[in-house]
Amino acid sequence: MDTHPGNWGNPRPHGGSSDLDILRPVDGLAPAPSAAHGSSALPVSRTQQPIVTGTSVLGIKYKDGVMLAADTLASYGSLAQIRDMKRLVAFGDHTVIGASGDMSDWQHIQHILNDCIIDEYANGDGHQLHPAHIFEYTSRVMYGRRSQVNPLWNSLVVGGFRDGKHFLGYVDLLGTTYQSSTIATGYGSYIAQPLLRKQVEGREDELTEADAAKILDESMRVLFYRDARSLNKIQRATINPSGVSITEPYSLQTEWSFAEGIKGYGAIYE
Amino acid sequence: MEAFASTAPVRVPLEHRFSPYTDNGGTTLAVAGSDFCVIAADTRQSEGYNINTRYSPKLYPLSNGSVLAIGGMQADASTLAKRVEQRLEWYQFKHDKPMNTQAVAHMVSTMLYGKRFFPYFAWVTIGGMDENGNGCVFSFDPVGTIEKHLWQCSGSSSKLIQPFLDSQMGHKHELLPPGELTAQRATLLVKDGFTSATERDIYTGDFLEIYTITRDGRTRELIELKRD
Repeated sequence: MDTHPGNWGNPRPHGGSSDLDILRPVDGLAPAPSAAHGSSALPVSRTQQPIVTGTSVLGIKYKDGVMLAADTLASYGSLAQIRDMKRLVAFGDHTVIGASGDMSDWQHIQHILNDCIIDEYANGDGHQLHPAHIFEYTSRVMYGRRSQVNPLWNSLVVGGFRDGKHFLGYVDLLGTTYQSSTIATGYGSYIAQPLLRKQVEGREDELTEADAAKILDESMRVLFYRDARSLNKIQRATINPSGVSITEPYSLQTEWSFAEGIKGYGAIYE
Repeated sequence: MEAFASTAPVRVPLEHRFSPYTDNGGTTLAVAGSDFCVIAADTRQSEGYNINTRYSPKLYPLSNGSVLAIGGMQADASTLAKRVEQRLEWYQFKHDKPMNTQAVAHMVSTMLYGKRFFPYFAWVTIGGMDENGNGCVFSFDPVGTIEKHLWQCSGSSSKLIQPFLDSQMGHKHELLPPGELTAQRATLLVKDGFTSATERDIYTGDFLEIYTITRDGRTRELIELKRD
């Protein structure tokens, strides 16, 4: 057993056996190899911060399916670095994931999930992963990485529709998961979530596809007015009985004429 | 070691360090009676001032008939619950009988202590029937300290509800001893406790999920709490 104080509180190294190994939880992935393990050096921990980031993702359930929305911006701090980033991506024929947070981690997640889907396809049994399976797998990867203290810095929204069943779930860099009829990540959880809840909660079985599109467009517009890291070029993903469709990027109409009257810092009108 | 000691102020990195923990709030509660066990939790999941969802169950009905209630961090809670359920399955395959509630409790204790140096941020309570058909409740701290109780409330509203139960179930405020507690009265007190806690604690609300366990089995009830 490793009793060195320098290694307290850190994941056990890969490969080394310990008398407590039998009690070690299976967190999904092997612990990170630690260069400092067993030495008197400071414990290794890979602290990270998001670099190139995407902002909010919104998701709602409606009568015939699930709809997600996100803009196409990847920011480097306050710099609008990539203006055609695909943040809504389909996995299989019934699932779409929307990603906010670090975009390189997001691309890594896409690789992991595509590998998984290819493995399943290669079985040749004609089965496809359900939205709930993809969600569960993603959440175990995210939790596994947070347990190595080396997280994938994202908040993900998983939307799906299959066999008449809606799926809308959230998973983040800590492995926190939940399902709800409305989901908003990041800045959207403050600005858009109240708008979505007001219009969707209790009306999930009434809203049409057109209603859902209108609700998301309006919420994305409000986010564009208020979120300085957003863009008025958005995509919407629809998952319904006929499968997945993701719109080409399109622009939202905005109205800025009121800005003419603003003097100084506040809204002082003459 | 540097050759000279700097007199400059200590430089602290500006970026915040990643914390692998969060608190998702919520309250769990369990009561053991002579021939029943009532175990309850609200279903709100919060993060800071956000409500993530109104229905994220904190009660995990186990295959052996007991119920596991876990508050604290949701990701750790669901991971722990999955591992417990898998251990129950292995036990069933090996011994061809379900694990009894006391055994589950002691197993959970060692599972929590097994992660003593990177603990699950989980406040665990187990409710079920013991070998004699009496209700029993065990609770744990995140590193596996185990206690047996007649009633126990943990989580964000524990400080509001526990004293209320001490008074109403234990008569700790008066000399008259408490009478025999029935499942009906226990359930009534659980509902009263949660509706009152919901008024004061922002992390408790939306729905109250209650499992009642007797010799005849397990029933579930879901009632609404205030959503504000």
